[in-house]
Amino acid sequence: MNLTLKVWRQESTEAKGRIEVHDAHEIPSEASFLEMLDIVNERIINDGGDPIHFDHDCREGICGMCSLTINGIPHGPERATTTCQLHMRHFRDGDTIWIEPFRAKAFPVLRDLVVDRSAFDRVIQAGGFISVRTGSAPDANATPVSKDHADTAFDAATCIGCGACVAACKNASAMLFVSAKASHLNHLPQGQPEKDRRVLKMVETMDAEGFGNCTNQYECEAVCPKSIPADNIAKLNRDYAAAQARGALQ
Amino acid sequence: MPAKLDSAVPSGPLEQKWTRHMMDSRLINPANKRKFSIIVVGSGLAGGAAAATLSELGYRVKCFCYQDSPRRAHSIAAQGGINAAKNYQNDGDSVSRLFYDTIKGGDFRSREANVHRLAEVSLNIIDQCVAQGVPFAREYGGLLDNRSFGGAQVKRTFYARGQTGQQLLLGCYQALAKEIATGGVEMHARTEMLDLVVVDGHAKGIIVRDMVSGEISSHAADAVVLATGGYGNVFYLSTNAKGCNVMAAYRAHKRGAAFANPCYTQIHPTCIPVSGEYQSKLTLMSESLRNDGRIWVPGSKSLAEKIRRGELLARDIDDADRDYYLERKYPSFGNLSPRDIASRSAKEVCDEGRGVAPTGLGVFLDFRDAILRDGREAISARYGNLFEMYDKIKGEDPYSTPMQIFPAVHYTMGGLWVDYNLMSNLPGLHVAGEANFSDHGANRLGASALMQGLADGYFVLPSTIANYLATQEPGSVTTSDSDFKRCEEDVNQRVNSLLQIDGKRSVNSFHRELGLLVWDKCGMARSREGLEEALERIPEIREEFWSNVRVPGSGEALNQELEKAGRVADFLEFAELLCHDALEREESCGGHFRVEHQFTEGDAEVQDGRTQPGEARRDDKNFCHVSAWGYNGVGEKPELTREPLEFEDVELSIRSYK
Repeated sequence: MNLTLKVWRQESTEAKGRIEVHDAHEIPSEASFLEMLDIVNERIINDGGDPIHFDHDCREGICGMCSLTINGIPHGPERATTTCQLHMRHFRDGDTIWIEPFRAKAFPVLRDLVVDRSAFDRVIQAGGFISVRTGSAPDANATPVSKDHADTAFDAATCIGCGACVAACKNASAMLFVSAKASHLNHLPQGQPEKDRRVLKMVETMDAEGFGNCTNQYECEAVCPKSIPADNIAKLNRDYAAAQARGALQ
Repeated sequence: MPAKLDSAVPSGPLEQKWTRHMMDSRLINPANKRKFSIIVVGSGLAGGAAAATLSELGYRVKCFCYQDSPRRAHSIAAQGGINAAKNYQNDGDSVSRLFYDTIKGGDFRSREANVHRLAEVSLNIIDQCVAQGVPFAREYGGLLDNRSFGGAQVKRTFYARGQTGQQLLLGCYQALAKEIATGGVEMHARTEMLDLVVVDGHAKGIIVRDMVSGEISSHAADAVVLATGGYGNVFYLSTNAKGCNVMAAYRAHKRGAAFANPCYTQIHPTCIPVSGEYQSKLTLMSESLRNDGRIWVPGSKSLAEKIRRGELLARDIDDADRDYYLERKYPSFGNLSPRDIASRSAKEVCDEGRGVAPTGLGVFLDFRDAILRDGREAISARYGNLFEMYDKIKGEDPYSTPMQIFPAVHYTMGGLWVDYNLMSNLPGLHVAGEANFSDHGANRLGASALMQGLADGYFVLPSTIANYLATQEPGSVTTSDSDFKRCEEDVNQRVNSLLQIDGKRSVNSFHRELGLLVWDKCGMARSREGLEEALERIPEIREEFWSNVRVPGSGEALNQELEKAGRVADFLEFAELLCHDALEREESCGGHFRVEHQFTEGDAEVQDGRTQPGEARRDDKNFCHVSAWGYNGVGEKPELTREPLEFEDVELSIRSYK
């Protein structure tokens, strides 16, 4: 395949970015999108240039490190697919592909397509956990959990923390990410004692990190590589309202 | 290198060693714990669990990872499950049985006492993870479900669909987040360890590079824990994440830590086959698929050729013309034979010309019978995400067409040598998880890596590290020490020399060349001739690397080529160590298969039916030991120290899965 890439280049957070044009010729259609970028980078290096920087690690769709907004869509055109699992057979010979970073105020660009998503870590540190010290746990089968609850919790827990939901949202809201974690833990009996505290603290931190508000557009759900449903947001809103009513933090 | 390595295994009966050891271990009172600082490198299951638990105990912890968040460590990619001897299925499991299966699975090359402890601690791990909110699979009654894995005849594997590693790591990451929030852990993401600092023979700190600003800095502590994973990426193509590397472990080795059994590498039988030169990594299809999938190739070469050319499809082949070779050769374990055996068998049938992928290097993993038996829905509930993943990569639907799979490098059993306290021969340097060597012998069983990582991180290290700390004056070494300055200078110099070469070839091109060579000569089958060839060729590649690699950009910014260059430079030295070990071990065991050492028709063991021709032939008389290697300089033959393996409770036997 022969493609034209229009790629965002930016030397550092402070530097001004620009779109750079690269030819990507003779790309095998079985290659993944990131392997296509590897091939382009190899040629850039051989020609004495600076390769395009992008985040990636496991390349099997689970670590959440890869990002990229491809033709305006975080993780590209395939539904429920991370960029590393997107293959070139989904593009046509001769296509022009626009490649940009995940854009959001809370995700500053570090270089080219690499962004800083540490705001997500700080949201989890605010309350996305169950406070159980190592060694203090009861027998694993002491607390039965109904299969339905366990499955719902699991569906929310599959979030890979990639940030596509934020990048897709016109408000750069992190509600899908935050609600997925809150929903995972709040659905389980083990998560009940800290339920109120969890949602209040996580939402407070989310706001402080500069993520926007949710206006129910569901772009987040549409781009989520793990198909995490936006229902979680409704649950978060309910849990948040209940926690506020109970005045949990007073 | 010391002439003798003391494994510090406690005395007493096997099943009492760990309890007694904890009783005899030193304690540090809660008020004093906060005076001690500990560096943990790596934030996967072993590192993340250790950092969180050590902080809970009151120690001051600094944790480092190269990823942008500790949640992304490669433990996250483990699919199938985690073993524990809970016997919730009432199928005859016990700590002793898990212990025995692991020792046998490791082909009698692991340390008995460590493995028994692992089996004991497995019980606590599941309790801990459930309490953290890990959503393991459950039955309708609300209790935990189990499945079985290779090398076991009981169902002891706990799982969370095909994403067990992800869920366990998120549990661990959340525990770590909780400790970061309290201030007990100072987290440094996007920070790579470039060297270990040894002061008066003790590991007292590390030199790191901030991967965003490029700044190189020193960190001192009372003890250092390396939980930096395995070295599978020395093969270039593996199931490891792209960033996985041997740098931290190898730097420690260069500073005096012994490296044990590097030749024990695990080739996983069920990965998606290589399809072209552009390929950057290989993807694993979980071993759990072998619970229901049947592995086969056509019975004849001519049928295989027709499949390769696309003239026949798998479904066109009658049962009579299919060779379910694992079921045929190993009737009692069948498709759930251990990984080393399943991988070698796949290689054998492909070498015979019966492989099915276009390259000839592939076998079928077929769900036809399971779908007929249990229905599509049941199979989808068990493996849905794995089937989807396969479809995404190959563009083929495994519900209607069998998967094509082939073995690929997956895990490394070898690692830095540690004693029973998980401390290396360098006092103060502790090593946990895949980065150490002790529990899996020459072959790891499925669902045991997660178990070992969490055992080390949550339960073993937090207890045993006190034995070292209690002998130390807290805070006695700081970064103003001259050893830190010298080490930092070394690191700066190394980074600058990489940037100054300004040659013609990319880092990747060297990594690929090295990987192909190591896979060819030191992969699934190894020979003296091939290993000697590799040992000649590796220094040549290394020399060309240091004169002709091109690392663009500067050291004072985010520079991914520079990061890779540092890692590949270490692989280019480490590969020699790997081949030396494989050459020296004149036997076949587990993942280490020397073609010179296999059973043949004439052997008594074959004639009396204990084994069959082509199986690995161990040499317990001469090789029942750990090979621990000391560093002797770049390109110099490393120095070997042997730690004899003594088996008090287990009788060494031919490993049979017939």
